[in-house]
Amino acid sequence: MKKVIMGNHAVSYGVRASEVKVISAYPITPQTHVVELLSEMCANGEIDAKFIKVESEHSAMAACVGASAAGSRAFTATSAQGLLLMHEMLHWAVGARLPIVLANINRAVGPPWSIWTDQNDSLSQRDVGWLQIYCESNQETQDTVPQAFKIAEELQMPVMLVMDAFFLSHTYEIVDMIEKEQVREFLPPYKPDIKIDTADQHSFGNLAGPDHYMELRYMIQKAMDRGLDVIKRVDSEFEEMFGRGYGLIEPYRCDDAETILVTSGTVASTTRVVIDELRDEGVRVGSLKIRVFRPFPIEDVFEVLSKAKKVAVIDRNISFGAHGIFYQEIKSALYGRTDIPIIGYIAGLGGRDITPKVIREIADKAIGDEQPERYINWIGVKI
Amino acid sequence: MIASEILADAFFHEGKFVQAFPAFGVERRGAPVMAFTRISDGKIRERCQIYEPDHLIVLDRVLLSTVNVTDGLKEGGWIVINTNMDIDDEELSGKFRVAIIDATKIALSHRLGSLASPIVNTSIIGAFAGATGLVGLDAVKEAINGFAPIKKEANMQAAEDAFNEVKIISGK
Repeated sequence: MKKVIMGNHAVSYGVRASEVKVISAYPITPQTHVVELLSEMCANGEIDAKFIKVESEHSAMAACVGASAAGSRAFTATSAQGLLLMHEMLHWAVGARLPIVLANINRAVGPPWSIWTDQNDSLSQRDVGWLQIYCESNQETQDTVPQAFKIAEELQMPVMLVMDAFFLSHTYEIVDMIEKEQVREFLPPYKPDIKIDTADQHSFGNLAGPDHYMELRYMIQKAMDRGLDVIKRVDSEFEEMFGRGYGLIEPYRCDDAETILVTSGTVASTTRVVIDELRDEGVRVGSLKIRVFRPFPIEDVFEVLSKAKKVAVIDRNISFGAHGIFYQEIKSALYGRTDIPIIGYIAGLGGRDITPKVIREIADKAIGDEQPERYINWIGVKI
Repeated sequence: MIASEILADAFFHEGKFVQAFPAFGVERRGAPVMAFTRISDGKIRERCQIYEPDHLIVLDRVLLSTVNVTDGLKEGGWIVINTNMDIDDEELSGKFRVAIIDATKIALSHRLGSLASPIVNTSIIGAFAGATGLVGLDAVKEAINGFAPIKKEANMQAAEDAFNEVKIISGK
């Protein structure tokens, strides 16, 4: 059944369909609707889950860690400062190999206070070991929730679903709703091999000396490596069942493109409008959406971009003192295998609108740019 | 915000692709806010604010003198205004198609909101449908029936009253 729903609620309905057993969260704009609706669903029995109210996001993730370790499918959602407060527990979920799913609504980090979107909150958690999937529509957001649980449980790794504040979280659009009866076949109940069980006692979170710690880290990296294939397979299983698939990346009109714009999140959607405009004018241009950011799909990205003559990366984030973060990843994926110029553009921080006009400006600059060694170009800064 | 969502849902019931979202600012009831609705026969890919709308809905006539509400509005577009007095503005009427409705009076007659804070979302959408003919009353009522958590009947009736009572000042 199709319905007009908001992006945040698309997450909630995805969680309902995934038959989650424990939800623990602390409210924060622009995420609050996600857990507000989930708490109602728990209260009226639509979801057979325990909703644990906590005093902070650190505790929310700690509760998910405990629940997941005890063998329950666990979920939380947050944004910006909330995600940052969880940081220690995010590491814990990875080290303990717990398949928790977290929805992060990208919100710019303060100060100065902002409630609007940019990606520095989730990208500052790049190295903790969570898988990260960036969504561009309400439909993709809803569908990614059960996919995320399936991926997480197979890899025994936590997954972060990421989406833009307001441009997605507060946007109402048409969603083909998934229901738990259908999803159950795709995502069976979570049955871990090892869990906290008083009848079958083991020690968890113990000390690992220099003799063992490194091997455990190696296994996390191996899980990430395997992750790319698992994500692809899970996505095609989903597509077979529901008729919708999303891939690791999504190239658009890239086949004979001389210039390719690399995008993520809602910007990927708006960019396609500009690509069509430019194509109509005879400009050979395409775009590449990065959906899965961790593990980073190096080979898939290389395959698409290596055919182009120039690559422009649009970053709604910045690693201060370096470059845009997607820019760095793209550069590192292509390094040593091609000498295509890669140009970085910073745009839309703190929720500044990235309109077709802004994307057109970036495309025009990239196509005409004779100095591709400029790593970082700020778009629309009024200084 | 709610009005933009109901409007999107109404068009959805008539088979259109839709998108509605707020330009989020101060989190306070009654603060001036903008919200947008996109309607299309095909998939909507733009995910940014609307700077050149085809039509405009003004929920409080006071905004006409405090905000440049017609900024970017395309010539010949509809402006549907909630007001309890006539709008005598030649500049507006010359460039745009103008319709007025006392949505506040209609909302209060159905006990929607309070005198200090009347809830005019459903009446104004009814008026928009009545003036422009772009969307049918049945679709508007169906959207309200789905969206309104309580007082569904009163809200649907308010939309119908506004649909019938909307007054076209210029343009049709």
